[in-house]
Amino acid sequence: MTVKSTARARKKAAPGVPGNLRAGTGAAPELVQLLTPEGDRVEHPDFPLTTTPEELRALYRDLVLVRRFDAEATSLQRQGELGLWASLLGQEAAQVGSGRAMRPGDYAFPTYREHGVAWCRDVDPLNLLGMFRGVNHGGWDPNEKNFHLYTIVIGAQTLHATGYAMGITKDGADDAVIAYFGDGASSQGDVNEAFTFASVYNSPVVFFCQNNQWAISEPTTNQTRIPLYRRASGFGFPGVRVDGNDVLACLAVTRWALDHARTGNGPVLIEAFTYRMGAHTTSDDPTRYRGSEETEAWKAKDPITRLKAHLEKEGLADDAFFAGVEAESDELGLRVREGVRSMPDPDPTLIFDHVYAEPHALVDEERAEYVAYAASFEGGEQN
Amino acid sequence: MADRLSIAKALNEALRKSLENDPKTLLMGEDIGKLGGVFRITDGLQKDFGEDRVIDSPLAESGIMGTAIGLALRGYRPVVEIQFDGFVYPAFDQIVSQLAKMHARSLGHVKLPITVRMPYGGGIGAVEHHSESHEAYFAHTAGLKVVTPSNAHDAHWMLRQAIASDDPVIFLEPKRRYWDKGDVGDSSDLPLHSARIVRPGTDATLIAYGPMVKVCQEAAAAAQEDGRNLEVVDLRSLTPVDFATLEESVKRTGRGIVVHEAPVFLGMGAELAARLTERCFYHLEAPVLRVGGYYAPYPPSRVEESFLPDLDRVLDAVDRALAY
Ligand SMILES: Cc1ncc(C[n+]2csc(CCOP(=O)(O)OP(=O)(O)O)c2C)c(N)n1
Repeated sequence: MTVKSTARARKKAAPGVPGNLRAGTGAAPELVQLLTPEGDRVEHPDFPLTTTPEELRALYRDLVLVRRFDAEATSLQRQGELGLWASLLGQEAAQVGSGRAMRPGDYAFPTYREHGVAWCRDVDPLNLLGMFRGVNHGGWDPNEKNFHLYTIVIGAQTLHATGYAMGITKDGADDAVIAYFGDGASSQGDVNEAFTFASVYNSPVVFFCQNNQWAISEPTTNQTRIPLYRRASGFGFPGVRVDGNDVLACLAVTRWALDHARTGNGPVLIEAFTYRMGAHTTSDDPTRYRGSEETEAWKAKDPITRLKAHLEKEGLADDAFFAGVEAESDELGLRVREGVRSMPDPDPTLIFDHVYAEPHALVDEERAEYVAYAASFEGGEQN
Repeated sequence: MADRLSIAKALNEALRKSLENDPKTLLMGEDIGKLGGVFRITDGLQKDFGEDRVIDSPLAESGIMGTAIGLALRGYRPVVEIQFDGFVYPAFDQIVSQLAKMHARSLGHVKLPITVRMPYGGGIGAVEHHSESHEAYFAHTAGLKVVTPSNAHDAHWMLRQAIASDDPVIFLEPKRRYWDKGDVGDSSDLPLHSARIVRPGTDATLIAYGPMVKVCQEAAAAAQEDGRNLEVVDLRSLTPVDFATLEESVKRTGRGIVVHEAPVFLGMGAELAARLTERCFYHLEAPVLRVGGYYAPYPPSRVEESFLPDLDRVLDAVDRALAY
């Protein structure tokens, strides 16, 4: 036997990848689900949820408006109004479910894709677009709505969230924190260190991993060989896998986790098993690395169609309601489109604003230099 | 060869040749396999060399760098891709505390022939963390070599030379020039660490590297119309620096201007200006000037044009130098 074939034989014998890790599956017994893809309510012994028809309609409205906002941003990018966009298409339920589970005093630390969570925190959607348009690096006051700035460096915010949660404990407050990240982020040192700190200090932080099956071109199997929610046990706290396309399950599980955390029981890891329907960002080309069959299969689990089916089957919403949401979504689209188009470019002296909180001689000197230099064009001869 | 290639393609060919020539050469990084990297620099390589040699790594820069060190200890020659400049910092500790020092700590017994490729610099309208120029951090760390090409020929040959080097090389790729085309010759005409005079001149020497070389060439062409004859030197290697070429040029023209995208304060230009002043003092007609970014975080893309040195800012510095 050649060396090569031995190596290959050894590889074959290596443990396989658990089926429930693979993209396109996920219907494993541990998956918490309260609403089937067909729109039927099911019960879960650990995560009971009672909802009024009004609450269900409100969740439906959230899902539709958030999707519309995202679609509008995607078109605005195509039209050259935004430099880049990271779409949440397909992940609405994970974001709205978890976002609506939060109480006003709770704090969210997002990545760059949590537009649906921002919506639930009542952050003006136009605020989210400044960074993608290139007029600022964030630009909103995180403390106003307890929604932190978007973080692009993968995983960094999980430590910020944990530190914030440690502060809550020190203050004796009963708030909780939720840290969002992706399946790819689970590989980062920062995320693993956040798990350690949160566990050791018993901090009220819920780690909410949206496993959308892909980290740009890399499938989850490139990051882990066990289902992600099971990571938690190695760090000493509970992990739950929830159907990330089921807004009710996401709501129930996150509500439970936040309460668990805020009542002194320490962190929880939630893995929302979902799917990124579009490209990673508008500069990505998913046809290079994944097949359309996979995307088609996930379409059947769409979070909005299943809630709509439920509302219709149970007679909880009439045509007027759906038409009303549609009209509201058109208004939102228009507001976003006009808002972005009329967003002014910043004055270049923005470069020097807020570099330090206190005056800094070098920055002041360079600002003065820049202003004089720019003025030399405006006033001077043009040739 | 003598082909006309984009910088991106020239790099791709260099990686291909290096993989062909040495079975110990490996590529590692995020999304470098099927996707071919976010800039497609590794396009088609996994298909041709397999997943064992073109490795899609977990999304963990410290992990990528640290395991590359381990592979090098085991006799491999890893070429690591950091996806974007702003994402190297999680790997910073592995690079400056481990990669840079092992050769010295082992009294020369351990060699780490690792090349760390990184797109760097601005000018492409990107979001935060995608436009940084962090060359000074790496150049400041003894034990690392830092190089950056400005054209397709150098991109190809400098990468092959970097991979062949037994020292760790930080290979900075000027991302806004990826699509610029140029002739790639069939052998290297310069050692990895030589500077190149890309345009001879007599009135002042513009010293640049990476993305700013083109800006300086354009500035020199514009100055020519005003009857000014500027020399442009492409530094190519940031450590070691080819001071002999710089010194010779500055002594001849009497004026030196260093241009880079990174903030001027404590940047490469500070070092070059100080050394050139020490070595060329009696030949200088003006202080060695610097043109670069401001002492501020890299700004949002709609104002990056104000941050980045452009032809006008270079010409302005030329005016100042000539006014002495
Ligand atoms: C430290 C770091 N490395 C690399 C990148 C480039 N990058 C941006 S998003 C991304 C994939 C993230 O995947 P995942 O964590 O699963 O989140 P998703 O975008 O799928 O929601 C990568 C590699 C980055 N932003 N930060």
